[in-house]
Amino acid sequence: MEANSATAHQHQEPVLKDVIPVVNPGHNFETVSDKISSIVLRERTPITLIMALGIAFLVMNLLMAALTKLLYQGVGVWGLNTPVGWGLDITTFVWWIGIGHAGTLISAILLLMGQKWRTSINRFAEAMTLFAVACAAIFPLFHTGRPWFAAYWLLPIPNTMALWPQFRSPLMWDVFAISTYGSVSLLFWYVGLIPDLGTMRDRAKNQIVKMIYGMLSMGWRGEARHWARYETIYNLLAGLATPLVVSVHTIVSFDFAVSVIPGWHTTIFPPYFVAGAIFSGFAMVLTLLLPARYLFNLHDFVTMRHIENMAKVMLVTGLMVFYGYNMEAFFGWYCGNEYEFYMIYNRMTGPYWWVYWLLIFCNGVAPQVLWIKKVRQNVYILWGITIIVNIGMWFERFIIVVTSLHRDFMPSVWGMYAPTIWEWMLYAGTIGMFIFLMILFVRALPMIPMFEIKTLLPQSKVRHKE
Amino acid sequence: MNNTHDKPQNDRIDLVSIRARLANEKGKIFWRSLDELSENPEFQKAVDPEFPDNTEVWLDPFGRRKFLKIMAASFAFAGLTACKLPTETLIPNEKIKPYVRPPEEIVPGKPLYFATTIPFAGTATGVLVESHMGRPTKIEGNAEHPASLGGSDVFGQASILTLYDPDRAQTTTYLRESKSWGAFLGAASEALESRRSKGGEGVRFLTGAVNSPTLAKQIKDILAIYPKAKWHQYESGIGDGVRKGAQMAYGEDVNTLYSFSKANIVLSLGSDFLAQGSGNLRYAREFSNRRRTTTEKVLRLYAAESTVTVTGAASDHRLPLKPSDLVGFAKALAASLGVSGVSAGAENAAYKNWVTVLTKELQENKGASIVIAGNEQPAIVHALAHAINQALGNVGNTITYTEPTGFSPEGFNGYVDSLKSLVDDMNSGAVDMLLIAGGNPVYDAPLDFKFADAMEKVALRIHYSLYYDETSELCHWHIPETHYLESWSDARTFDGTASIVQPLIAPLYYGKTIHEVFAGFSDQKDRTSYEIVRAFWQSQNNSPDFESFWRKSLHDGLIAGSALALKTVTLKTDAFASSDVKAAEMEIVFSPDPTIFDGRFANNGWLQELPKPLTKITWDNAVLMSPATAQTLGVSRSFNYYGGERGGNTVDMVEVSHQGQTLKAAAWIVPGHANGCITLHLGYGRKNAGRVGSNTGFNANLIRSSAEFWGGEAKISKVAETYQMACTQGQQVMQGRDHELVRISTFEDYKSGKDDSHEKGHGEKKEGHGEENKPHFGPTHPENLSMYPEWDYSKEYAWGMTIDMTSCIGCNACAVACQSENNVPVIGKEQVAMGRHMHWIRIDRYYTDNEVHEPLENPEAYFQPVPCMQCEKAPCETVCPVNATSHSSEGLNDMVYNRCVGTRYCANNCPYKVRRFNFLQYTDFSTPQLKLLNNPDVTVRSRGVMEKCTYCVQRINYARVEAEKENRPIRDGEIVTACQSVCPTQAIVFGNINDPESKVSKLKAEKRNYSLVEELATKPRTTYLTALRNPNAELKKG
Repeated sequence: MEANSATAHQHQEPVLKDVIPVVNPGHNFETVSDKISSIVLRERTPITLIMALGIAFLVMNLLMAALTKLLYQGVGVWGLNTPVGWGLDITTFVWWIGIGHAGTLISAILLLMGQKWRTSINRFAEAMTLFAVACAAIFPLFHTGRPWFAAYWLLPIPNTMALWPQFRSPLMWDVFAISTYGSVSLLFWYVGLIPDLGTMRDRAKNQIVKMIYGMLSMGWRGEARHWARYETIYNLLAGLATPLVVSVHTIVSFDFAVSVIPGWHTTIFPPYFVAGAIFSGFAMVLTLLLPARYLFNLHDFVTMRHIENMAKVMLVTGLMVFYGYNMEAFFGWYCGNEYEFYMIYNRMTGPYWWVYWLLIFCNGVAPQVLWIKKVRQNVYILWGITIIVNIGMWFERFIIVVTSLHRDFMPSVWGMYAPTIWEWMLYAGTIGMFIFLMILFVRALPMIPMFEIKTLLPQSKVRHKE
Repeated sequence: MNNTHDKPQNDRIDLVSIRARLANEKGKIFWRSLDELSENPEFQKAVDPEFPDNTEVWLDPFGRRKFLKIMAASFAFAGLTACKLPTETLIPNEKIKPYVRPPEEIVPGKPLYFATTIPFAGTATGVLVESHMGRPTKIEGNAEHPASLGGSDVFGQASILTLYDPDRAQTTTYLRESKSWGAFLGAASEALESRRSKGGEGVRFLTGAVNSPTLAKQIKDILAIYPKAKWHQYESGIGDGVRKGAQMAYGEDVNTLYSFSKANIVLSLGSDFLAQGSGNLRYAREFSNRRRTTTEKVLRLYAAESTVTVTGAASDHRLPLKPSDLVGFAKALAASLGVSGVSAGAENAAYKNWVTVLTKELQENKGASIVIAGNEQPAIVHALAHAINQALGNVGNTITYTEPTGFSPEGFNGYVDSLKSLVDDMNSGAVDMLLIAGGNPVYDAPLDFKFADAMEKVALRIHYSLYYDETSELCHWHIPETHYLESWSDARTFDGTASIVQPLIAPLYYGKTIHEVFAGFSDQKDRTSYEIVRAFWQSQNNSPDFESFWRKSLHDGLIAGSALALKTVTLKTDAFASSDVKAAEMEIVFSPDPTIFDGRFANNGWLQELPKPLTKITWDNAVLMSPATAQTLGVSRSFNYYGGERGGNTVDMVEVSHQGQTLKAAAWIVPGHANGCITLHLGYGRKNAGRVGSNTGFNANLIRSSAEFWGGEAKISKVAETYQMACTQGQQVMQGRDHELVRISTFEDYKSGKDDSHEKGHGEKKEGHGEENKPHFGPTHPENLSMYPEWDYSKEYAWGMTIDMTSCIGCNACAVACQSENNVPVIGKEQVAMGRHMHWIRIDRYYTDNEVHEPLENPEAYFQPVPCMQCEKAPCETVCPVNATSHSSEGLNDMVYNRCVGTRYCANNCPYKVRRFNFLQYTDFSTPQLKLLNNPDVTVRSRGVMEKCTYCVQRINYARVEAEKENRPIRDGEIVTACQSVCPTQAIVFGNINDPESKVSKLKAEKRNYSLVEELATKPRTTYLTALRNPNAELKKG
């Protein structure tokens, strides 16, 4: 972290009384490595974790059952119909993509902005991103009528028939956006893991484990050369990932914004989707991190400073999202277009009114308590808020997808939609898969970057005389 | 296989029946055990789980969803049918004449057209049938036939599905066991011989309405041999009021012919002459021809009716009246018009105003008006209609009379009476041999006749019908009827014109024509129906060259000059002596169903799934009632979260009592229905109709009695139960979008240039004032603004369509025609309830109130057929990620089924929601018969694929090939889409909009041409013409 340290030491760090440290006092290089690696290598797996893994595995099997049913019989096992061609599938797809946003934001943007507090949580958030994107990717593929063709017909593969995808279609853009996002996130995560994988290899006692970490660490020996290359590639990837934070959800929002349907066809969507994604991403990081912090006793590395900062990001992005809702309502009235007006009127008073008002409560009203410092520092209330926000963000996508479609231009083809058991199973199944993968991650890899934490310790602040 | 109708007699192996079965089986049969051979139900039960193909579980994989069941193969039947593919059947030595151009040989891929006739409920319609390689695939109207004029209706269009219905009865059976036709002939002649000496005493024939001259002659001949045998007729869907009214007025039965082309004022007394009944297609054509913008004197239609019918919806003024008030209204009007012997009765505010206005209107149009009474109306209304027409001098001008077109037994006085005398005879033990030829009286006879019980007393019961139905179950013998497309026969239509029914295909099963059955009762048992029909016409024809007469008649689809001679009648002076009608607080009306009629089409999936014209209900009937009645009863409905307005509805149920019988049925609110009465359509609640039709809806016959056959006093109360209905359009209100969707005006305003319908409905946003044919959002709007370049059609054709909402009567014929032409699958009630119905052209129904009518109580209804708009800037095209829907060089939005991966994005982005998705495997790929049904020119879609209207691109391509062969451009009118060709009112016009002289271009140039949701600038190729009505200013409110 030469570059960062270099910039950091030029400033006189302001000394604030109230500031909670990013790493609690009393740690040195040795204790950091010990504490974090022993979660994986030494400590017995907590029984709660094993039970959670078992439950997550069972829930993940719902995904398998739902997909089997879907492939066997067709999309008709879902509740979709002619006015409402997309339902829980796309709702959940957007939800997962949104959740994936926190990882990239924390890793890349906060890195480039020199926000040190990110270091304790970035790997956790990146892992979450990867698993969320994996969950998300299930939906666009399997929501199609013929996934066995959709799997490759959407890719621009040269063929003798000279058939190309439709490059004007936002779904086509989605394919590029998500696959780019997924691969850059994976690389970024993996590169960031390499130094710690070296540490794990060195500390492992079991030969097989040693070998696995050894292969994964790609011969990392901590040489200066290694560090120099690591820094270069890591910053480069951060630079690459930064636009992705904005672009992925922008493009996902194009799925809607490019169409003609009232409630979809709106220019506010790109920024509003990005803000919403960060909002839900941070909420999900907190939802998972708070129990993990408790379970593995990580209070020293995930301090109140982290938690409060994340709560603040949630508050800010939540306000942006809430602004978006208000603007939608305002323009519905102000534009004078009867379809737009009816769209917002129908959201508020139509058959799905309760979803709309729950959404306003979850995303607009509930996060306002985060203005209060005591709330931000109370992990229990905060955890509750994050759950509310997660639900609210899911409702937001449901409102956008379903209520826009179910009553559009011609009243004669208005209809309704409700998810069937198979859609709920699919949704629950992806949550199961997500948690299953997260648990495997915290058990098999150091969930907090040891070497980066070390840069935050006073030991690393030893300066050469200038 | 569904074993529910197997009644186990005992569980022991019945060796006698096994022997009998083996004796009758053709070819080798293999069996594993005696249990199997005896068709022991216990054994079947044990076998089913072992062969899951046969079990309910397999047929019904979605829990209650039964769509697979509906179209699924009957594996048990498959073995039988596979042997009878048409190419392999014995071609009988009977000549069929092709229509249009007789080819030297059948050219693969080129269809042939043959003229034939659909006999239906006492009338007949001439049709042309498209035949591909010897199998009929599509019905078209016969332009030369007086009852069709090229149009067609839902029953005709859907009849082809019945031909291929795997549930049709397939072999002659005796007590459910297959027998040969010879065995039946033997048994029948043995039974007859023993009665010959007694003059056929105890022999009875029960038929439906007979309008086949050949059959009438056959029956007459048989009755001559057996003078003591009797012939009875029964139809449950045709009212006796028509006959009895004529007798009341004229002392004899007459056939009334109407000439709407000569009428200025038409008053319908509960008549649905545009959609049902004899001559409906011709009448619809004449009616619409008098209501075009070019018409000098536009016909004005008044409709007084209880139920909302298609005719009522098309009328300029509609008066909802309960049945007893309708009689009162007819009387008051007759009295006011000076018909002698009629007293006006007490003044009734419900129709007082109408009597005044109509008296004036009708008197101003003496000799140029028509008063027409409906099928369900009592005799008195028909008699009054005759009397009014006489008083107005319409008879001889707009109305003419002939002898009845049907043939009736001697002393025949209506279907109910005829059946009654049969039942009485059966009960008294006077009948010991009964042939029921057509019809299903066990299901549809009046309840008080207890027909089934009476029939059990007959020693030998023979049923002849298309399906093994409720009546067949209680008969000894069952003979499968041939479909009309498999039969030689003949039939007379509304004006008596006779035409030949010629077969398009050899019988798929071991069916027999009705002529062969009756021949079995005569002394020439082995004559084929071809010989019988031909011999009859040979005897009728006195020209020397019979062969050319026969050929010409087959080719044209009618026997030239066979219309009945006009007849003069004189009104009886004491016609209305006894004419009191009982009024009741709540009255019930029975009426044939708009899609399945009296239940004969119950097993036709196309008709079951066809939304009823006004209620848009599918797969069910319901107790229809006015909003006020519903409010009093406290019944309502709610949209389900699944499907909602476009599918699933939860409705309250009511209990209806009539004549001491009660029936629980779903209630449905119909705006415009008369208060104080309810309507229940016939034909539903069948127990043994087949896989498609059994156990759908509510059986009106359970409360239908002979005393009040078409309704009377009823009691109705709400019960605490709900019912699931599948309705394709629940939304009643326009949400103030009438301007974008349905534009209405009047002929008067339109012709005088006062029509502002293209501006109306926008309140303050009247920017487009005075600009014709401009989108309403203002003349300054950059109409052509688009991200995408304009298409260039200058070198090619550019196809376009107009739909004239003035002419459209919402009869649904286009929807079924499209289904037939384009292989659109049937999906079943549960799938419709999910909001997934597949019709490529849907008929939207909108209600509106104007200054004339009270909202809800009597709204105006408008119909709008919506096929694909084929937008110039199609929202669907740009969002498909795989280019599966793309713009053709002629401006069509082509669907490439092979390329479609089913993201449904196109459907979401379609503002008109005309795209249909195969959510499941809807098309039946396994039933062999249904494979024959498909149009070979149209791809059959599989699961996961989007589909939609293509403007019948296969017909465009056919015409293109023909034109290129002759090195000429495609002529205007050469391409006729399926929906256009059947439309009885010619509301749909299709053609090349590049050609300014084409009919469609000229219509698009009309001021009233508009597109749906113009502000999106999708620039649809399908445009609409403002609906014009012809209201009478004097009938306005206040």
